[in-house]
Amino acid sequence: MAERTRPIVAVWKFASCDGCQLSLLDCEDELLAVAGAVDIAYFAEASSTLRPGPYDVSLVEGSVTTEHDAERIRMVRAASKRLITIGACATAGGIQSLRNFADVKDYVAAVYASPEYIRTLETSTPISAHVPVDFELRGCPINKHQLLEVISALLAGRKPQIPNESVCVSCKQRGTSCVMVAHGTPCLGPVTHAGCGAICPAYGRGCYGCYGPAEAANTASLAGAWTALGADRRTLHRAFRTFNAAAEPFRQESEAHAEPHHPG
Amino acid sequence: MPSRTIRVDYLTRVEGEGALELDIRDGAVDGVRLSIFEPPRFFEALLRGRDATEAPDITARICGICPVAYQMSSVHAVENALGLAVPPPIRALRRLLYCGEWIESHALHIVLLHAPDFLGFPDAISMASAHGEMVTRGLALKKTGNALLRLLGGREIHPVNVRVGGFYRAPTADELAALVPDLQAAREQAVALARWVAGFRFPDFERDYEFVALRHPDEYPLNEGRLVSNRGLDIPVSDYDATFEERHVAHSTALQSVLRARGSYQVGPLARFNLNHDRLGPSVQALAAELGLAPGCRNPFRSIIVRAIEVVYACEEALRLIAAYAPPEAPFVAAPPQAGIGVACTEAPRGILYHHYRLNADGSILSARIVPPTSQNQGTIEEDLRIVATRDLDLPEDELRDHCEQAIRNYDPCISCSTHFLRLEVRRR
Repeated sequence: MAERTRPIVAVWKFASCDGCQLSLLDCEDELLAVAGAVDIAYFAEASSTLRPGPYDVSLVEGSVTTEHDAERIRMVRAASKRLITIGACATAGGIQSLRNFADVKDYVAAVYASPEYIRTLETSTPISAHVPVDFELRGCPINKHQLLEVISALLAGRKPQIPNESVCVSCKQRGTSCVMVAHGTPCLGPVTHAGCGAICPAYGRGCYGCYGPAEAANTASLAGAWTALGADRRTLHRAFRTFNAAAEPFRQESEAHAEPHHPG
Repeated sequence: MPSRTIRVDYLTRVEGEGALELDIRDGAVDGVRLSIFEPPRFFEALLRGRDATEAPDITARICGICPVAYQMSSVHAVENALGLAVPPPIRALRRLLYCGEWIESHALHIVLLHAPDFLGFPDAISMASAHGEMVTRGLALKKTGNALLRLLGGREIHPVNVRVGGFYRAPTADELAALVPDLQAAREQAVALARWVAGFRFPDFERDYEFVALRHPDEYPLNEGRLVSNRGLDIPVSDYDATFEERHVAHSTALQSVLRARGSYQVGPLARFNLNHDRLGPSVQALAAELGLAPGCRNPFRSIIVRAIEVVYACEEALRLIAAYAPPEAPFVAAPPQAGIGVACTEAPRGILYHHYRLNADGSILSARIVPPTSQNQGTIEEDLRIVATRDLDLPEDELRDHCEQAIRNYDPCISCSTHFLRLEVRRR
């Protein structure tokens, strides 16, 4: 393919663990082919060549937690024809959104001896809270096969085939018997977005919701089923408050199980 | 001497966000700051009130490159608080899982992040045009490490199978045996990689470091051991806090760790190798000798060879563990909650990773403290940079900048972990 027809791609990092961009480097068999099919202009984790925009596609990892980053994401958006968020941090705020339910001053003081050196926002927010997003790929971490599908779809000019069903569908496809029914193991699979391949139930544990809420998730009904299995309020509160704590259905459900005197 | 300003705003080929600032006054390096502006994520705060059993899943999210290290240090520390010991087959499986992460993380760093510095390429993709075979080999190695992580952990990044007390599911002997041919091939690829990187040109740079690593009575250290150094440190992990101190400096969202008695120190592959060479076994020792690497190596640029040697070791160790594998009776032991304090140190690919937890009687976490390897190396990196910058001050700015960045990459810094990204700014006055 001629150089000028290859789409120009940039990969950006905000508050995150680097795991979702690592998924691209984890495509060991496809990496060189991908690097041939697109023109990677900006990917600081992998290359010292950092070229200015405009870019055809920006892949964005991480959430916005500082004023500087709130400004930077607007710059990224302005330089990008299409912006795709990758992972739970960029799509829902990530585990660091637990601060949204606490006093951030208290968080800073718990970690740093000199809080005055630390600049941070009171909340960790997804990219979509700041700029328009063209596609959100879920997961903590994202699934590299889904990432390749998104990139392939872009190259072909079609919509990515990313199903928005629940993890239960994946369990059935995988042939895993239901851990809730067969073993009484509490599982967030019925309300969680598919994409991981239903790994946890295949390993004998309940899904812990790292792909965030599925479409039309009935979290209240699932919470009832957990209660019937013996889960207490504290367990339910924590179960919905992890890597996608700020995603609306999970936020509401965790608040429904907060201690009465503690609205968080 | 004219005054000028050099700046590296965004350190590349490292994990996370940081910058480097050099102050130059009257032709001499006046100040060096590894400035880390990775936004803080406050893990130690958000862990408070969580259940101790959630620590391995939550702390894994500190780093997508070395989640297993976080999972290992957290489960060992929580088990320490609960007074829990795991049976030998579970211990062996943890060691095997860690081998997978060492292979994956080291292969990533050697081929994709660090080798381009030695060969003058901006990245591995452009390096592949001239050194395609080695890039392919590195990717194949990485893939094998990831296959091990996937089987034992369920997935490569943020594995789901680790729990306090053991695993959710133990692999069958047949599942492990299926990995043997790839691991055997990986061992040979790693040897070829080690010979390749040993042929790079290394700057003539040596310093008298204090190296700190774990030391185990019989094994090359991964999950446990005493903390030792080449200057006589020999303490149980429970004495970590009495011996080391974290300091908060204004230019960084990472905390810097020092030895209370003697200041900065170095952790990671070079430290492990120098302090545990006798635990590598005869074939790996012979390879090290062939490559001219002996214990006592004080050139941090040669850490890339040590990483490659550790990959050979991790492949051999994985094969040994698989050959000796007897599935545990149960994949985990029960971990009933109780109040207590627990600590643990394990050898992440980048060096020792310390976790400290105080647990409530109901099993919730009262306090957590986590000291990642990059925080511990930060003082040493700044000292190395002062020497590199002083030596290369008269070089064109691009070259100075490249040399500084290469010196930083010697430590495979994981800035996401220690914060806690890199700008290089040189101010000349």
